[in-house]
Amino acid sequence: MSLAHEEVLSHPDHDIPLEYSTEDGVLKIFGFWIFLATDLILFACLFSMYQILHLNTAGGPTEQDLYNVPEFMAETLILLVSSFTCGLATLEMRKGHRGALMAWLIVTVLLGLSFIFLEVREFVDYVGRGATMQRSAFLSSFFTLVGTHGCHVSLGILWMLSILYQLGRRGIQAITARKVFIVGLYWHFLDVVWVFIFTVVYLQGVMH
Amino acid sequence: MALPGYVGNAPTSFFVTGDPMIYASDVLIVLTVIGIVFVLTYYKKWGWLWREWLTTVDHKKIGIMYLIAALLMLFRGGTDAVLMRTQLALPNMHFLEAEHYDQIFTTHGTIMILFMAMPLVFAMMNIAVPLQIGARDVAFPYLNAISFWLFFFGALLLNLSFVIGGSPDGGWTSYPPLVENPTDPGPGENFYLLALQISGIGSMATGINFLVTILKMRAPGMTLMRMPLFCWSILATSILIIFSFPALTIALALVLIDRLFDAHFFTMLQGGNPMMYINLFWVWGHPEVYIVVLPAFGIFSEVIATFSRKRTFGYSSMVASMLAIAVISYLVWLHHFFTMGAGPGVNTFFAISTMCVGIPTGVKVFNWLFTMYQGRIRMTVPMLWSIGFIPTFAIGGATGVMLAVAPADYQYHNSYFLIAHFHQTLIGGVVYGMFAGLYYWWPKMFGFILNERIGRWAFWFFNIGFYVCFLPQYQLGFMGMTRRIYVYPAGMGWTALNLISTIGAYLMAVGFVLIVVDILYSIRYGERDVTGDPWDGRTLEWSLPSPAPHYNFARIPTVTARDAWWVMKGERKRGEVKRELEPLEPIHMPNNSGRPFILSVLFFLGGFGLVFEWYWLAIPSGIGVMVCLLLRSLEYNMDHYIPVSEIKRTEAALGRS
Amino acid sequence: MQLCSSVFTLGFLKDTPDPSEVDVMNKQVLRRPTTNRSRAVWRCGTLLMLIPLLATGCSPQVVMLHPVGPVGRIEERLIILSIVLVTIVIVPVFVLLWYIVRRYRDVPGNDAPYRPEFSESRTLEIVWWGVPILIIGILAVFTARDTFALTKPPERSAPPLTVQVTSLDWKWLFQYPGQKIATVNYCYIPTNRPIQFILTANAPMNSFWVPQLGGQEYTMPGMAMQLWLQADKPGVYHGRGAQFTGKGFAHMTFDVTATSQAQFDAWAKQIQKTAPALTEAGYTNLAHPGLVGKMSFSSYPPNIFHDVIMKEGGMYMKHDKAVLEGEK
Repeated sequence: MSLAHEEVLSHPDHDIPLEYSTEDGVLKIFGFWIFLATDLILFACLFSMYQILHLNTAGGPTEQDLYNVPEFMAETLILLVSSFTCGLATLEMRKGHRGALMAWLIVTVLLGLSFIFLEVREFVDYVGRGATMQRSAFLSSFFTLVGTHGCHVSLGILWMLSILYQLGRRGIQAITARKVFIVGLYWHFLDVVWVFIFTVVYLQGVMH
Repeated sequence: MALPGYVGNAPTSFFVTGDPMIYASDVLIVLTVIGIVFVLTYYKKWGWLWREWLTTVDHKKIGIMYLIAALLMLFRGGTDAVLMRTQLALPNMHFLEAEHYDQIFTTHGTIMILFMAMPLVFAMMNIAVPLQIGARDVAFPYLNAISFWLFFFGALLLNLSFVIGGSPDGGWTSYPPLVENPTDPGPGENFYLLALQISGIGSMATGINFLVTILKMRAPGMTLMRMPLFCWSILATSILIIFSFPALTIALALVLIDRLFDAHFFTMLQGGNPMMYINLFWVWGHPEVYIVVLPAFGIFSEVIATFSRKRTFGYSSMVASMLAIAVISYLVWLHHFFTMGAGPGVNTFFAISTMCVGIPTGVKVFNWLFTMYQGRIRMTVPMLWSIGFIPTFAIGGATGVMLAVAPADYQYHNSYFLIAHFHQTLIGGVVYGMFAGLYYWWPKMFGFILNERIGRWAFWFFNIGFYVCFLPQYQLGFMGMTRRIYVYPAGMGWTALNLISTIGAYLMAVGFVLIVVDILYSIRYGERDVTGDPWDGRTLEWSLPSPAPHYNFARIPTVTARDAWWVMKGERKRGEVKRELEPLEPIHMPNNSGRPFILSVLFFLGGFGLVFEWYWLAIPSGIGVMVCLLLRSLEYNMDHYIPVSEIKRTEAALGRS
Repeated sequence: MQLCSSVFTLGFLKDTPDPSEVDVMNKQVLRRPTTNRSRAVWRCGTLLMLIPLLATGCSPQVVMLHPVGPVGRIEERLIILSIVLVTIVIVPVFVLLWYIVRRYRDVPGNDAPYRPEFSESRTLEIVWWGVPILIIGILAVFTARDTFALTKPPERSAPPLTVQVTSLDWKWLFQYPGQKIATVNYCYIPTNRPIQFILTANAPMNSFWVPQLGGQEYTMPGMAMQLWLQADKPGVYHGRGAQFTGKGFAHMTFDVTATSQAQFDAWAKQIQKTAPALTEAGYTNLAHPGLVGKMSFSSYPPNIFHDVIMKEGGMYMKHDKAVLEGEK
């Protein structure tokens, strides 16, 4: 990267976290924040679609027919906890503990996998009961909104696995620290989106 | 009155057949490809093409590639326009059939907005922004290359539909339920959806890239309020891209899901709601017009100040008005469908917010005028385009305010008045701006100046043709002619106006050809720019040799005021002591990479697979994309240092110390 | 517009301008001394583009500016008001541009003042922020007033007549719930009586537009939209679909014939007596994509309009229900 401000950053300052210690790191983290803004708008559009269409059931299954309280509560808890463990991983990174960092990341990945497992099971169950995406506008928007979130989570899991591999090979240094920090941002973002899905889709659905 | 031979839209075969025009283009495409392959092989240029262009991450080269692609697309879209105008020259013409006309206006609109205006804007910002803010590249050069190649292959995908599978024919706005499977089977619409989606990812990345570049990579001393206005316009545009493109992504994705998987977002039955597409589309679509027009405003500000030898009048006002336009543009989308039954309160709100756009726009026009006032105006070609822009845009803006009056819009909507209005703003604004930028920055890109004489002829043909083409269309609107009709009856009073309009379109085509001639002529005979500052410029890009070395600045300049280069030149002229030059330091630069190209080819293959629902092609391509991303993540040697000795050699060769 | 002089209206009601006249006008301009070539080119261009506008400017074929009903007249008045208001900004721009570009050219011997640092003026900035705000303010008031006015029937004295309009691929179906008759691609309306068009589509969305009577409104599947129009004078008014719907779209025109109430009643009786009935099967056939000529039906399946709207999404919309209830 072209380092317009290289000189500014070349003095090592111990107050600056490792991920912010290079200009490249600063730019990429800032860029990623902006990417998250675009992703947020993307989800906002999907939420508005869902909100408009969730009663258009065309005589097919309704929200109350489908949503199962213990199931989506479990999904929610798992994802919230995974966000917490991901935060712990970042803290360990700041302390320079590679082992603990990797351990917490592995816990996060496992929680993510169990979330995906539950979600896939939920989808398979719905489809088995005739609630397919082709059935009604409500179901089209449900599967698209929740499915898009699920795809994001799956991608995050693959991403974390790749970073775990890199941590194993290269340890904690400016580049890997930046990657851990960014994947953490991504993971927390998905958690926030899930909180909205929990409220707008599931709670609203069962409380009608 | 029955349409002869109505058999539905299903394609009869993989290759589009049955039309001499398409056979002719098939032959042309094959010949061109053979020609290109032959030339590259004969001159042993394959390696050069790969090393210097396909793998480059240099913003200047990426800008040039955007420019070439955009001019090609302008040719394609312009050909579409001329075909349409020929069909409409006289009543009851049989030059084009309905289905061809439908395809042509669809591709004309799509190409002109997304594959001509957008890449031209990206070309200008790639070429100028890093140079103007004193940076050595953009924030994410690798991502920048990905953006370009995604745009390129998106454009290729859309254009491919002409000979394979059939072009989209639902209009560039592509409203459902018309474009849903029951009324629009066949792959045409899929081409539209996937081409836009692929290039849209690239556009979004460009928005992020330039926002970060401008906010984080300015030379020391260049505060935001010392930035050239072009950079301000790109900042505003980047913000608009970031906040509006996700809506397009979703709109397109949902139509695609409807079409490929029989979902029901926008269908007529099963609870679908087509209105939602129209909302999403215009939540993107209206900011989109400012995405392309704000950079043009930026270019005019630069060109007018340079060729009036004067500071930009009302700089703060210019910045404020640009940001005001950017903000207001999110609050006006409903004016594209006042006639879709929103209540009077809603219509009134959007009518007034739309009119408000006229206020900052008007302010900008007066500021440009007063930049010239008491200056010294040099009538160069870039300046001609800028001066030509002011009346066209004044009329375009005025008709925009007229269209904003909701009850009047019930009449104008979908009439030729609307067509005339948006061509007046998009051509008079964007195309004039980009041509001004093209002539203005051409020496910086290539090291020679485009011929002024041919440039003038091109301008006058285009400008006159423009008025001849579009002013009659306002009147046609008043006379009740609607858009997108491929024939009209005689006796409506439309004939003379349509004929004149067609003549204007031909004049514009001549103007475009003359620009191409100018480029070809100047490559051979153009005056070389040895100073690096042929226009007596004001901003930092003119402090560099033409073309700039790949690291741009051997030493990053320190900025003390607006119009940084003008100030530096003034200091030198007055003999004020040149500060002791700091010693050169090794320059840190990103490595070239072929992966952006390969990644985009995979996107293209995936898109092509989805168009025909060939999952055996789409899924492996998608996996390939993931592998590319993973490989990038595992790559740690992404950059290199240019040693001081090499910088010294390069600078000496360019006549700089 | 009434502003233009009679000179230009003379021979121009025809489709094409009279070539001899064009010639004369060209010569008049070209005879003027021109200082340089580009200016001459510019003038020719200006003239070329003005001819057609002036040529057709006053013709009654300029339907938007020759409305025959109160709705169209409200819209026409707004159009003219907005033209006048934007001219207040446009004219100074043109004059200033012409003056500045002439006066401050970088040519040897130009004695005009040169102030390269002149770039701020509070007063000027206030003027050009202020004037547009004022203009937009005025326009906004009238826009708001008329936007609200147009949602109500134009004239309260006469009882309104309801016509249900369905756009199909690629034809227009008109149903008269009062008269129980239906027509395709043409309709009759009584003069001096507000007509409430209830619009929907049983095909991709279109837009119902009779420019001489007033502005358009979309016909959308699953929605019941409302458009008030009224004709003051008897006559045949051209209507067309304004939103692209595919291959046959260009042929989706229809005639609106406005007659006196008595003639309208006679026409309706005539249809009731002589025309065939529209059956369910007949409707399905009609909805199939294709073009047809004008058709008339003495009756139609009574709930078909309502049912089509409900089936295509109307059941989810409060607005539709309200419109359809209000109609009953």
